[in-house]
Amino acid sequence: MTQSAFFDEMTASGGDVRAVYARISRWLNASPPELLAARREQAELMFRRIGITFAVYGDKEATERLIPFDIIPRVLSRTEWNRLEKGLVQRVKALNAFLADLYGKGEILKAGVVPSDIIYRNPAFRPEMAGRPVPHDIYVHIAGIDIVRVDADDFYVLEDNARTPSGVSYMLENREVMMRLLPDLFASCGVAPVENYPEHLRASLRSVAPLRAGGDPTIVVLTPGQFNSAYYEHSFLADKLGVELVEGRDLLVRDGFVYMRTTQGPKRVDVIYRRLDDDYLDPLAFRPDSTLGVPGLMGAYQAGNVTLANAVGTGVADDKAVYTYMPEIIRFYTGEEPLLKNVPTWRCREADALKYVLEHLPDLVVKEVNGSGGYGMLVGPHATRAEIETFGKKLAADPSNFIAQPTLSLSTCPTSFSGGVGPRHVDLRPFVLSGADGVRVVPGGLTRVALKEGSLVVNSSQGGGTKDTWVVDDPQLA
Amino acid sequence: MLARTADSLFWFARYMERADFVARIVHTTRRLASLPSRESSVANEWEAALSAAGALEAYQEAHEEVEANAAIEFLLFDTRNTSSIVSCIESGRINARAVRTALTIETWQTINAGWQEMKKVQAKHQARSLDTEELVAFLDLAMKIALDVDGSAYRTMLRNDAYWFSRLGLYVERADNTARILDVKYNILLPESESVGGSLDYFQWNAILRAVSAVTSYHWIYRDGVKPWLIADLLILRPEMPRSLLACYGEIVRFLDAISSAYGRQGAAQRRARQILGRLENTTMKDVFGAGLHEFLTDFIEDNNTIGGAIAEQYLLD
Repeated sequence: MTQSAFFDEMTASGGDVRAVYARISRWLNASPPELLAARREQAELMFRRIGITFAVYGDKEATERLIPFDIIPRVLSRTEWNRLEKGLVQRVKALNAFLADLYGKGEILKAGVVPSDIIYRNPAFRPEMAGRPVPHDIYVHIAGIDIVRVDADDFYVLEDNARTPSGVSYMLENREVMMRLLPDLFASCGVAPVENYPEHLRASLRSVAPLRAGGDPTIVVLTPGQFNSAYYEHSFLADKLGVELVEGRDLLVRDGFVYMRTTQGPKRVDVIYRRLDDDYLDPLAFRPDSTLGVPGLMGAYQAGNVTLANAVGTGVADDKAVYTYMPEIIRFYTGEEPLLKNVPTWRCREADALKYVLEHLPDLVVKEVNGSGGYGMLVGPHATRAEIETFGKKLAADPSNFIAQPTLSLSTCPTSFSGGVGPRHVDLRPFVLSGADGVRVVPGGLTRVALKEGSLVVNSSQGGGTKDTWVVDDPQLA
Repeated sequence: MLARTADSLFWFARYMERADFVARIVHTTRRLASLPSRESSVANEWEAALSAAGALEAYQEAHEEVEANAAIEFLLFDTRNTSSIVSCIESGRINARAVRTALTIETWQTINAGWQEMKKVQAKHQARSLDTEELVAFLDLAMKIALDVDGSAYRTMLRNDAYWFSRLGLYVERADNTARILDVKYNILLPESESVGGSLDYFQWNAILRAVSAVTSYHWIYRDGVKPWLIADLLILRPEMPRSLLACYGEIVRFLDAISSAYGRQGAAQRRARQILGRLENTTMKDVFGAGLHEFLTDFIEDNNTIGGAIAEQYLLD
């Protein structure tokens, strides 16, 4: 019945177009290749003019590269989305409860659900945060949860991003560009809007301001600066939020409060949406060589005079070793069964698992516990014998630093390229906001697509692209 | 607003204005240098151009002697020259990029698109030297970018401190440029009482007017042939001439006043700017020539620098 091992979201790999893709399929059939090519070019021009660029580290020539954008949208039905949304809300609530517990009483460790050593020996665990509650017990104000689909019914969480997840500007700009490029198709599909994301973000950030800030807290976005790979996103968000985009050197700490240097003298800052890693935040508390941070910031934060979003020390919760315990973590705090599945994972720290993994390296994906961006991992089926051998030695030398997963059959979506249209593997990163008044997710998220035929690596730092993600109402499907 | 934002806006506008000025200087110098004349004058013209662009010292560090092609290369493409056209557009864009949220989308897109065009020409030039036609097109491009950026800022930016700081950068730079071009030619800008030279000087006078796009304006105002003392009058004391020192200071005072009234206090920058404006308003060309044009311009350039310093001190550094 199936023509390929992968689930195609348009054709279900069986030839019949799924109802949710009916309009897209009709549009594709009616659009000659030249038209798609012309639209592709227009899209690229728009992105370049807006200046949505992404820096690739170690690539001096291309300091400002565009992330390729595919004009064929990725479609989810409202029913599918509602299921995802419930699961996302549940998962992020559990993440926040978990962090509040880790930096509070540590019940989950006492109960033996999660082994203490993977927490306390984790470099992302911040002892400075222990016993210092944060406003409304919210640590992860902005989460990016990476999800993959393997068939008509099954979605898996691939990874939780609880530090400074990026990509939301692409979600918003992709939508803008699609509405301008393909207005008729867009209008005919009844796509749920995403453009209220900045509103929700602002509301979430306001809700966690220190009490003494009063009704109108001063919010800023803190960026490492314009040579950071995500600088475009930082400035985009500051602009949409209507707040200042500051660098570390624009802030100062005086008498336990944080101020920004303005043309009218110092102005107090209440909430910092920081896009700077923990290590760089404050040279007095963390890396002393950081020139990007603000000396004394940690002191002001610990005194409760400023709120950082996300909180310091959230990295301990999105570690790949902790990930393997997420189902237990969700059960522990919510008393519910997890609505979103984890990818089955071997913890190489466990002897049986390690044995299995070492014997099955050619079939598995092995990741470093603290790695990100698709670096430092082995994709067994795509690796050479020599690569597998080298990696095996690395793994045997330090097993607790690795986890392994089966190679997932990531779903594919029709994707346009210079030679035509064909299936390419995709994932999805929805953005989940937590504030004092609850958890919010805008319908959709960032769909990342592996543009190389057969590739499963969607990371933009390794040549992945993006698509607009459409959540469409079910009644519209007919 | 953030002090750093104000600083970037100020310098963004300065660099764009400077790119325009350097392009104009090169344009007019090419015209002058192509006139049939004494061989030696070609090198003199380029030396004057480098001097007006504030790049002579840097040039002399990199080159033994002043020569047309090397000077053009230095003024257009050399990244060691912080005032070369590519350096100005690059720095202008870096400053704009640092404060994207303080600019309108239109203004950002204008500078960004202009920069992309500039990068294409730069890449082409690196592959093989541009021919004359392409060089001229590049000068036109630089002027167009400055004009478009200026126009989009004027048309789209809110009239608040972001706009005022960028305008201050523009007028401080422009006043400096006008004073410089007059100063490198002060020896041919003689008062009415002195006898004037031959046809070569005529072309020189015209070149000055061209460099500040004032040929037509001159004729509208004076309805007379080109006279050196009138050129000096036009570029120093005429309020209706948008590049005159007086007009620039009118604007500098206006924008500094807007800032001080919005912020509810004033400082050294406002007081100093009003002093300079007052002095320009209360002087005549007779006084200027009496004291010596060169001395007058040298003093002005220094005063103008102190305004830049006072603005930085008061608003841009903390």
